Amino acid sequence: MRGANIYHLGLKELWSLARDPIMLMMIVFVFTMSVYAGATVLPETLHLAPIAIVDEDRSPLSERIIAAFEAPYFLPPQLIEQPLMDERMDAGLDTFALVIPSGFQRDVLARRSPAIQLNVDATRVSQALTGSGYVQSIVSTEVQTFVQHSQATPPAAVDLVMRMRFNPELTKTWFGAVNKLIDNITLLAIVLTGAALIRERERGTIEHLLVMPVTPFEIMASKVWSMGLVVLSAGLLSLRIVVSGWLAVPLAGSLPLFAAGAALYLFAATSLGIFLGTFARSMAQFGLLLMMVLLPLQMLSGGVTPRESMPELVRTLMLAAPSTHFVMLAQGILFRGATFMVVWPQFLALLLIGSVFFAVAHARFRSAITAMA
Amino acid sequence: MTPPVIQLCEVRLQFGATCALAGVSLDVAGGMLSGLVGPDGVGKSSLLALAAGTRRVQQGQVLVLGGDMANPRHRRQVCPRIAYMPQGLGNNLSPTLTVNENVDFFARLFGLGRTERRSRRAALLERTGLGRFGSRPAGQLSGGMKQKLGLCCALIHNPDLLILDEPTTGVDPLSRRQFWDLIAGIRREHTAMSVLVATASMEEAASFDWLVAMDNGRVLSSGSPAELLQRTGTTTPEAAFIALLPEARRQGHHPVTIPARPPGDGQVAIEAIELSKRFGTFLAVDRVNVRIERGEIFGFLGSNGCGKSTTMKVLAGLLPASSGQVRLFQRPLNADDLRTRRRVGYMSQAFSLYSELTVHQNLVLHARLFQVQAAEITARCADLMQQFGLGDFADALPGTLPLGVRQRLSLAVALVHRPELLILDEPTSGVDPIARDIFWQKLIDLSRSDHVTIFLSTHFINEAQRCDRLSLMHAGRVLVSDTPAGLMVRRGAATLEQAFIGYLEEASGATDANPSAAAITAAAPPPAGPERSPWEGEGFSLQRLGSYTRREALELSRDPIRITTAVLGSLFLMVVMAFGINMDVEDLPYAVLDRDDSTASRDYALNLAGSRYFIEHPPLDGYDALDRRMRTGELSVAIELPPGFGRDLKRGDPAAIGAWIDGSMPLRAETVRSYLQGVHGQWQTDRARRQLGQSSAPAAASIETRFRYNPDILSLVAMVPATIPILLLLIPAILAALSVVREKELGTIVNFYATPVTRLEFLLGKQLPYVALAMVNYTLLTLLAVTLFAVPLTGSVAAQASGALIYVTCATGLGLLISTLVRTQIAALFTTAVLTILPATSFCGLLDPVSSLQGAGALIGAIYPTAHALTISTGTFSKELGFGDLLRPFTALLMTVPVLLGLSVLFLNKQET
Repeated sequence: MRGANIYHLGLKELWSLARDPIMLMMIVFVFTMSVYAGATVLPETLHLAPIAIVDEDRSPLSERIIAAFEAPYFLPPQLIEQPLMDERMDAGLDTFALVIPSGFQRDVLARRSPAIQLNVDATRVSQALTGSGYVQSIVSTEVQTFVQHSQATPPAAVDLVMRMRFNPELTKTWFGAVNKLIDNITLLAIVLTGAALIRERERGTIEHLLVMPVTPFEIMASKVWSMGLVVLSAGLLSLRIVVSGWLAVPLAGSLPLFAAGAALYLFAATSLGIFLGTFARSMAQFGLLLMMVLLPLQMLSGGVTPRESMPELVRTLMLAAPSTHFVMLAQGILFRGATFMVVWPQFLALLLIGSVFFAVAHARFRSAITAMA
Repeated sequence: MTPPVIQLCEVRLQFGATCALAGVSLDVAGGMLSGLVGPDGVGKSSLLALAAGTRRVQQGQVLVLGGDMANPRHRRQVCPRIAYMPQGLGNNLSPTLTVNENVDFFARLFGLGRTERRSRRAALLERTGLGRFGSRPAGQLSGGMKQKLGLCCALIHNPDLLILDEPTTGVDPLSRRQFWDLIAGIRREHTAMSVLVATASMEEAASFDWLVAMDNGRVLSSGSPAELLQRTGTTTPEAAFIALLPEARRQGHHPVTIPARPPGDGQVAIEAIELSKRFGTFLAVDRVNVRIERGEIFGFLGSNGCGKSTTMKVLAGLLPASSGQVRLFQRPLNADDLRTRRRVGYMSQAFSLYSELTVHQNLVLHARLFQVQAAEITARCADLMQQFGLGDFADALPGTLPLGVRQRLSLAVALVHRPELLILDEPTSGVDPIARDIFWQKLIDLSRSDHVTIFLSTHFINEAQRCDRLSLMHAGRVLVSDTPAGLMVRRGAATLEQAFIGYLEEASGATDANPSAAAITAAAPPPAGPERSPWEGEGFSLQRLGSYTRREALELSRDPIRITTAVLGSLFLMVVMAFGINMDVEDLPYAVLDRDDSTASRDYALNLAGSRYFIEHPPLDGYDALDRRMRTGELSVAIELPPGFGRDLKRGDPAAIGAWIDGSMPLRAETVRSYLQGVHGQWQTDRARRQLGQSSAPAAASIETRFRYNPDILSLVAMVPATIPILLLLIPAILAALSVVREKELGTIVNFYATPVTRLEFLLGKQLPYVALAMVNYTLLTLLAVTLFAVPLTGSVAAQASGALIYVTCATGLGLLISTLVRTQIAALFTTAVLTILPATSFCGLLDPVSSLQGAGALIGAIYPTAHALTISTGTFSKELGFGDLLRPFTALLMTVPVLLGLSVLFLNKQET
């Protein structure tokens, strides 16, 4: 192994990328617009949920309730007639439909404990779960206050004081931005190495390298460092400029520690890219393979939904994916301000997974390159 | 002289800064075999492409068959009368389609009926000797056979003008002779046919009726071969051409001289013993024996696909041998021995240097990789640049340079480390005569003065003549090895060419060499004349569309890996997404910091432990532990019970319990909050009931929540129908996008330029197979949803299926639209991934309904087809809906189809720009 070869071949990779305007544009796009869009379009926890209200009571109390549904949690309520309710829900226009029966206020005051009907479109799971809680608490607060005006205060209760740590307002933008950044780091690391390997193989340039005094290890290492460096720099810039600057996400932990973790992750992800490149015979096959790998990495590594909610088997299997550890590490450092003493198991896991991918790709390299003859 | 068939007037063509044609004016007479001769990169191919109508006219006038080629109407009219065969071996053929299927593809594009197609195909294939290979894939034909097949495809519609771009480059002498015999035969039958050929071979040009010599984007001279010889006072066409060149180009050219080889020292540089190489069942190299001495120039002759390149790759250590032995410098070849690699220089057949690095950067990089002393690199590179005349191109990118210059660069790179053995695979293929002579002089000097061993392969007889010894290869076997003179003597032939043809005829069997003279025109009268052409007119032809559909479907069916991944892959992804996007958060880890340790506080903690949503972790012993364990992400929530909690409760004083929730995942934190509220509220009610007995007051009002469509609020029921539209977008869009861009990269897109197929026919033809594949996907995904995930399909199946059909048409349409905008497969892949995954998963109502989105996201959600498909899918799965309830999404999807298609048609060029 010669360091000089790895260095010069890596420089060659950088030149190749520098002369590919489309790739450069894509890199800029995914680390700016895509991160920004991915972060901001995600509505806040419950944001502008569409609600319709059938008010058959038309009493001061029912008006009070209607007025309580406000932005940013709810869109202005649509006041509709009963027959329209089903139609609108079927068309997916409303997530919630509240029916206030006639005589509601009268019954409340008479302590008959009347029922309000809340219809929830449960196919929209995220809004349905949190939103119905909101609706319930809004309605009961309004009813309580209304009742209290005419009655004595109820006995003291135990208060549950809840504080959100690391993200007091539960701003989804923070989470969305970092998550999108991680996804894009994964995408670029795999595409830049894997697809480039296939292109080089199609053009015969890799084969040409193999007649020279250059080992597959050197070829692979050069791709890992050069493409890793590009994605790392772009990723860190995006973190500073887009995430922490433009989107004003406060980053809790040490940036150098995160950079070190990201570098290790890139070692694993670029190795995975080369590994995939040794399997696909054409760009079309690589494209399909990419989808098969990318989506599970994005969906199941704990970035989209918490790992706790996945089946045990999936959770265990996903421990073999580098992105799982990177998501843990990134959330730990960036949001919870974790130190190396806290995240070292993730560092170790990334190193191990990266080495395995690299070793397997290395073992397949020569035969995969020449098999295209 | 017959009226001109092609008239060019002051034609100019510019590619960026490069000038391909600098004001060419030319009349090509009809009914003749006319040739364009000249070095590479002088504008021959561009001129032919203009005449064929595949390239857009920039400046000047191009009149072909009596009309202006800048006029689309005229182009459409004459297109069926022109046949164009682009440069490269079988470049416009589909390698996975059989010989018959390739011919049929073209026949259908030109509107030939079934019987006519069959009879003409049979006659043409019979005539070219390909009849026996009708069901062999084109990719497995030899170079010569590929070109003959290309000719059959070009002639299938009996054109009036045949345009051939270097048809015999890379073809063995026997096939070359058969090719020209075939052209001559067809011209005898169809005397009105005009043929225009570009060639780099001057021997070939000598037999043409009329020649145009070109250089540097200009016409040097034109006339019959005899006239040209007379005008220049030379005896051979090659010499005539060199004499026609301007003084500057000729400078330094002198005939190649070969000093006799001094008696060698008998050292063997490289040797193959009974070498075989097998790919699967295909025996590419069959027991080859070759022995090359130090300082010798050894030539390998044979057509493309005969095993030359494979043998050379094995000898260079690129491919492992299946059996037999290779000895390099008297030692068995070891692919891992880096030191011997430094003694060998290899140049592969295709240009394989980095097109993204400049000429100088390529040289320096290779010098470094070959470990040339750092101090020596600058001088060595400068020296090579000067020797190979690369000085002017130092900072140019190889892709912009003529082939000849690129080949010089490849040779310079192969020599950068002063190797003792050079393995050169067709180093002069496609290089003009002057460049070739300079190249050869170089090789001869290396062999004679530096005793470098040179092992090369070639198609040129005059190059073979210059080798010290030769081997003739055919179908994986070496037929004969000897000196050029020795071969002629052995065969009793007057020329080396005749000797080779003799050997090849013997090896391939006499039947191949004498194809029967079945008349093609007799078999089916040609639909000559535009007024009789059934395909003429501007309308829309289902047959042409079908031809592309059939071809795409056949190609797809021969790539089982692509189909299986597309089908099984989407099923796999459905499982992944169904589990991945899960809103049921359970087993949330929590720990309690109990600073009271009373019965009441323990009761509260116990109450929490009983919930199925929470999992208890060891209790906390202080704020430090709380902070540390939350930072590691171990705990989702920490509960603090304050000192005096039990006492306060007893007294009825207000008490407060603290809960710290990890907010780094907002969604999870939300869920934790609502669960905690629920558990806490339940505890309160229970406590009240215990204290006050049954007498507790009822709530002022209650809320009956009905979760509709998905009563148990199971994520799977909601998620599974929602994943289907996303999966039906990603894979079909990528496959459709790649299908067009692949044609652009491989060059088969030229068929679209050169045949009467319209843009709409081309796009729809390409789209249909992928729509069908996507519908198979849809069926399987729905079955999986209903069976494995037990999601009930409550609504109208017909509405769902028709929604899916319109939607996958949109999805593939989106892929096609992307494909019209990008050039490379890698860009297509990347662009499609970015433009589908993000909008489909974030803006289309998968997690949050479109009505809650804001800004750009809301706009995308309103127009992106996935949003509407999602409404149809969840509606028909969970909401018992049918056509009538889904008018809006159906209308939106139906409107998207023509928009996508229209934009694709708009952006797709019918000509190369």
